[in-house]
Amino acid sequence: MSASDLTLAGETPDVAPQRRLSRLDGRGTALAAGLIFAALALLPLLATAIDDQFLLVTATRIMIFALAALSLDLILGYGALVSFGHAAFIGLGAYSVAILAAHGIDDILVQAAVAILVCSLFAFVTGAISLRTKGVYFIMITLAFGQMAYFFMVSLSAYGGDDGITLAARSTLFGAPVLKGNLTFFYVVLAALAGAFVTLRAVVGSRFGRVLRGTRDNRMRMQAIGFSPFRYQLTAYVIAGAIAGLAGVFLANQAEFVSPAYMSWQRSGELIVMVVLGGMGTLVGPIAGAVAFLLLEDWLAQISEHWKLGLGIFLVLLVLFTRGGIAGFVSRITGRGTP
Amino acid sequence: MIGPLLDIRNLRKAFGALHVTDDVSFQVMPGELHAIIGPNGAGKTTLIHQLSGSLASDGGSVHFAGEDITRVDMAGRVHRGLARSFQITSILDGFTVLENAAMAVQARSGSSFRFFASAARETPLNDAAMAALARVGLDDRAHRRAGSLSHGEKRQLEIAIALATGARLLLLDEPLAGTGHEESAVLVALMAELKTTHTIVLIEHDMDAVFALADRVSVLVYGRLIATGSAEEVRVHPEVRTAYLGEEEAA
Repeated sequence: MSASDLTLAGETPDVAPQRRLSRLDGRGTALAAGLIFAALALLPLLATAIDDQFLLVTATRIMIFALAALSLDLILGYGALVSFGHAAFIGLGAYSVAILAAHGIDDILVQAAVAILVCSLFAFVTGAISLRTKGVYFIMITLAFGQMAYFFMVSLSAYGGDDGITLAARSTLFGAPVLKGNLTFFYVVLAALAGAFVTLRAVVGSRFGRVLRGTRDNRMRMQAIGFSPFRYQLTAYVIAGAIAGLAGVFLANQAEFVSPAYMSWQRSGELIVMVVLGGMGTLVGPIAGAVAFLLLEDWLAQISEHWKLGLGIFLVLLVLFTRGGIAGFVSRITGRGTP
Repeated sequence: MIGPLLDIRNLRKAFGALHVTDDVSFQVMPGELHAIIGPNGAGKTTLIHQLSGSLASDGGSVHFAGEDITRVDMAGRVHRGLARSFQITSILDGFTVLENAAMAVQARSGSSFRFFASAARETPLNDAAMAALARVGLDDRAHRRAGSLSHGEKRQLEIAIALATGARLLLLDEPLAGTGHEESAVLVALMAELKTTHTIVLIEHDMDAVFALADRVSVLVYGRLIATGSAEEVRVHPEVRTAYLGEEEAA
């Protein structure tokens, strides 16, 4: 008997589901990302036109958090690993800059390399322990590690302790103060964000990313075909931590100030909100989420001192009425079905 | 002389005072289809968990192709050539049918620590996956989302995924569970065809299917194997009749 005889009679292949296939196959996210990056690249022209240089400063800060949110999406959106300590990596990255600068090492490449190394190491150790747990316990243990890092920096009085530490100047590249100008700095951060996006997009579609996504959907199935999920999840955790560390390097330079507040659990929570708000597991969503969250925060803070209440109400409405976050909303109104 | 492919010796598992697997021993010869039957609660699913490595045994041993794999985890057993299917369909709904199978091929085809090239476009993986799908008659469904398949097709995909791991021995956990008459006919024909190339341990409720397919049948009742033999031997075994078949006929 030939194999095709085994197919049930009276059924025709469904021709439509092609566009409901896994979200990263879609051209939609690439298009959306292209639009966002193009808009960002042209933003300095707008800033010049309306003579508002503060716009660049705000945009740079938003892109830095977008980079961190993007890294969180790798483990949260593609790994279903709800890390409540992701801000710790931003803090460790930022402190790498501040502490090295305090000892006269100003070069951005050295600082970034150290930040990535420190964050990878921290992610490897804490991830190896945290990933032994599941669900709520994973959330709790990542929160605990985040708070440990926070209190370590609070107690590190040599580098400002609770008050933080001010940088004398932004980092240099081979002795040249290239990040001094807001415009250059803006484009450096934009390039890093775009680079991280393109890289992570390849990663989630790669062999590695496929194992990560498969484990997210059905861990037992992955083990039953011969995978040991732990090492893939740990690797993703390290990659996410390293990228968030890089965001920290930029954040330190943007503010020219570093404090433990960067790594508080509230910050970790905000990163989760950005990812969920934008749309988990889409990569482009968290970027949009960071933009929306920080703009909304700024805007609400201008109208009322009780802005956090307004933000809360907005988030509740958003979660209730837009499944899949901003990315889900956009794909619905453009008729691409649920992402 | 060729030894058994799977050799179970004195396997035990207890949950508290309940002996779910009680001193179970049997052998599966290469090329054999060995069915394990038993009434509800006999411990069939626990036994398959112990054989596949997802549940540690309290005592006894499991040998596969002469090697003691009692302490080898599930992934390790799959790499040695022992793969299972699930009683409750366990596929990746959000992935295509092809990717479900290609993932199993990927697990045995070099490192999965490759970060940049698109896995979905790896032709060798897809070709091997397609062969497994063709074997179960799902090749024309390859590009559909797995979650959109009918129940019977999902049962076929379960088997295709196990095939795609490259396993020599398939542990099929109630492949006919929840299927209608037509669907089960398709699956029985499929298993009859698989018998020609694979050693199979089949756990199944459907007596007609078991007696049609099995070379040997073991009967599990309250965690103990009360009989092993050909379908005919088991059918007339007095203990089996009272413990199991009698119930069915009375019902």
